[in-house]
Amino acid sequence: MTTSAITHNSYLDMDLLRFTTAGSVDDGKSTLIGRLLYDSKSIFDDQVADLEKVSSRTGEGLNLALLTDGLRAEREQGITIDVAYRYFATPKRKFIIADTPGHLQYTRNMVTGASTADLAIILIDAKQGVVEQTRRHTFIANLLGIEHIVVCINKIDLVDYDEAVFNRIVADFDMVKKELNTDVTFIPVSALKGDNVVSRSEKLPWYKGPSLLQLLEGIQVRVPDAGELFTFPIQGRVGQNGNSRYTGRISSGVLRPGTTVRVHPSGEETTVEAIELYQEVKQEALPGESVSLQLSGVQLFNRGHLLADAEAKIRYTRHVLVDTCWFSETPLQKNHSYILAHVTGETSAVVAQVEDKIDFGNLERLKGEQTIGVNDIATLSLQLEEEIPAIAYRENRTLGSIILIDPDTHQTVAAGMIINRK
Amino acid sequence: MSLNHLQQLEAEGIYVIREVAWRFKRPVLLFSGGKDSIVMFHLARKAFWPEPIPFPLLHIDTGHNFPETLAYRDRLVKESNSQLIVRSVEDSIAQGKAVEETGIHASRNKLQTVTLLDALEELQVDAALGGGRRDEEKARAKERFFSHRDDFGQWDPKNQRPELWSLYNSHHAEDEHFRVFPISNWTEMDVWQYILREEIPIPSLYFSHERPVIERDGILLADSPYLVKTEDERPVLKEVRCRTIGDMTCTGVTVSPASSLDEIIAEVAATRVTERGGRADDKRSESAMEDRKIAGYF
Repeated sequence: MTTSAITHNSYLDMDLLRFTTAGSVDDGKSTLIGRLLYDSKSIFDDQVADLEKVSSRTGEGLNLALLTDGLRAEREQGITIDVAYRYFATPKRKFIIADTPGHLQYTRNMVTGASTADLAIILIDAKQGVVEQTRRHTFIANLLGIEHIVVCINKIDLVDYDEAVFNRIVADFDMVKKELNTDVTFIPVSALKGDNVVSRSEKLPWYKGPSLLQLLEGIQVRVPDAGELFTFPIQGRVGQNGNSRYTGRISSGVLRPGTTVRVHPSGEETTVEAIELYQEVKQEALPGESVSLQLSGVQLFNRGHLLADAEAKIRYTRHVLVDTCWFSETPLQKNHSYILAHVTGETSAVVAQVEDKIDFGNLERLKGEQTIGVNDIATLSLQLEEEIPAIAYRENRTLGSIILIDPDTHQTVAAGMIINRK
Repeated sequence: MSLNHLQQLEAEGIYVIREVAWRFKRPVLLFSGGKDSIVMFHLARKAFWPEPIPFPLLHIDTGHNFPETLAYRDRLVKESNSQLIVRSVEDSIAQGKAVEETGIHASRNKLQTVTLLDALEELQVDAALGGGRRDEEKARAKERFFSHRDDFGQWDPKNQRPELWSLYNSHHAEDEHFRVFPISNWTEMDVWQYILREEIPIPSLYFSHERPVIERDGILLADSPYLVKTEDERPVLKEVRCRTIGDMTCTGVTVSPASSLDEIIAEVAATRVTERGGRADDKRSESAMEDRKIAGYF
């Protein structure tokens, strides 16, 4: 019973770290994740048996990459098509991994994986060094507000564990990171051989830092938007007039009963009388929590309204500037009306202008572009049919993010981060 | 000061369930009586409390259920004042829409897809909430929270919509629908820990009990009138429990003395086989789950 008591107590209150992996094709991302799962004993016997069965067909050793390549086409072609989510835990932390493909045409998946991540692992092939994809991935991680980047210089075994190669790549990467406000750590690894993935490798005595897993277990991640003023988009109302509860998820700040809040866009003030979830009445609710609120007076607020700290200055606007990643094979059409989805609401949006587009060769912004296509990242100026509470993504990930949907195909054609309001 | 992992997963699940209620016209909650659908039910109850869940539960009944599962289902529906809709594989067979498998591996698992798709069409469901989790199986690891299904109810895994932050695209054409998986990010361990934390009652099948079983291809199957046995297969009594609950013909049971949630959790922590390792339905081929999901399975 001692074991279960330990499991019980420690497991019920564990910290969760979400990270994403990126790199160019054949950098060994899937192998690295496979190694992380395998060496941390997160792979079960029947999965290893499946792996041996499939690996034997190709005649090579145990192919760890197959652990994350879930679709038949991926196993057959030996590539990762889509984002794969993996879960593992150590006694110190729980992890959610978004493994994303390195192919140029799959950049949208890297953006997708990065959107929910606290940390990004970027792989560099020690034999190739920094390539255009490295710049692209680093730029994307930074654009999506990821504050911690871990650069794994992989296949270090193929360059004889040479410190000079490692140092040269670190120096090259400095050119990439000069404009980033991100914390960057470098680790020499061999995903194939397992060096520095879970435990420190004796073959790299010149490297004094932690293994990748040690770093992931120990890194302190800032709680997103905890220090900000309270904001709460209403998801919906439960119950009848006079006995209504307003449901939603706190997007920033900490809420306590008795707080005076303002309802946007109308501007009325009301007081939070009770914070509840099911039969529990809470004295405090944190960012990310789903709760139900009882507000003072007879109120009829609805889905789409935003509750915010009375001090918060929130302006509504029909014109936003958005850093956008274009996902669709169909290029952006000016004068085409897209659906803009924002928190719980939707409105129509037309692209007034392409302000600039990123050139991934030198990370400079090109002016005068008329349109953008798949995998382009650009600043767009959008004209909206209805006003939205435009808060910058840098201040609030939930309120500052949008997606664009084509009303004809229903496809998600772009994702964007609000950079300011006009 | 931050949410621990169970609080984060719960908040995410409730958020997604509420989005479904307010975005779709005719959602249902797919309910099998297994632990994942029980957790889903609990989250839905929390999401709309003190009001009842604003959409019905839909049970696709293979006719081969463990009796304990049905008793649990009926009790839960009654005490929570929920609406339950049952559609049965038996009827699909009687109508000639599905053909009963024969032989010792016969199972109604695959036939459920026919009944499920018919039910979704009949009830004009535009969103079916399911308890699928990405850690269960390799094809499920690629699944979205809001997963689009075409007008044949089929999944196109290579052409999925990107899903960012918690902004879900729920647009679809007439006759198309969504499968929505609010507990996508939960692991088997998370589910058990949550059941423990929330003190959620679960069917007795999950705890150790004595039952006649037969061993086939390394999997222990519960003996029942529905299981086709070879002449050599003789049921023996064993102390077992279910790690997952599905159709009686294809759900493996494991030898286990675990009789409390704490003991189950200790067992899950120490176990070396995935929970679906005992599911004969997944053993049919390497991509058995992908193939069934493409066809419209849960």
